Amino acid sequence: MPANRTIRFAAIGVLAGAFSGLFGVGGGIVMVPLLIMLGFGERRATATSLSAIVVIAAAAAALHGLYGNVRLGDAALLVVPAAAGVGIGVAVQQRIPERAVSLLFALLLFVVAAELIVP
Amino acid sequence: MDVALAILLALFGGAVGGLLGVGGGILFVPALAIFLGNSQLEAEATSLLVIVPMAVVGTWRQVRHGNVDVRDGLLIGVLSLPGVVVGVVVANALPQRALELGFAALSLIVAARLLKRGLAEPDPEPEAAAR
Repeated sequence: MPANRTIRFAAIGVLAGAFSGLFGVGGGIVMVPLLIMLGFGERRATATSLSAIVVIAAAAAALHGLYGNVRLGDAALLVVPAAAGVGIGVAVQQRIPERAVSLLFALLLFVVAAELIVP
Repeated sequence: MDVALAILLALFGGAVGGLLGVGGGILFVPALAIFLGNSQLEAEATSLLVIVPMAVVGTWRQVRHGNVDVRDGLLIGVLSLPGVVVGVVVANALPQRALELGFAALSLIVAARLLKRGLAEPDPEPEAAAR
């Protein structure tokens, strides 16, 4: 069912891309749960999400750049700690059960939702 | 002091990103808006630029752990482009508060589903369905 799979990837991608452009995030918050629902294990879902984010964030950053919204100096300041952090996160993920990743993800979403609802 | 806090949040955002497969923008955006004086729109745009190299590093690490077929990710990424265009254009046009509340509602629904999965009995072969 490769066509069916491509259609599902397209639906996930378009949704993630819209979220990315709207909220300045990678779109993983949409992709990871949907990939898990497609039958991906947690590690595979999160890793696939990160690789898709490379393309999505690059496109969204470039478009925002055309609107003049990007501050290059601030991006340069944060990129080194962010890249160091992702190495730590991936390493930790290999050492915990996959189901724990789902639970932590749910916790992340609750925190995000609470923060957004409270003005 | 503000710069140090922004750097700390970026480190933490990267770690959350690697752990959970997200971009980390959830933390980069507040770091930029609160500690580095960006407007909400500037913070979102700048966050996206930070995410690109961070996701490259994360993908590289996951490839080394054998967890990802990069072709899947690239396919999703390319197919996402119409969504990206719509998202950026709308972000530049709409009031942020409406978007925040919609996003919060979706987050809660997804969180409930993941919570249910996380608390369920483990599957004997969780990867099997994906093959």
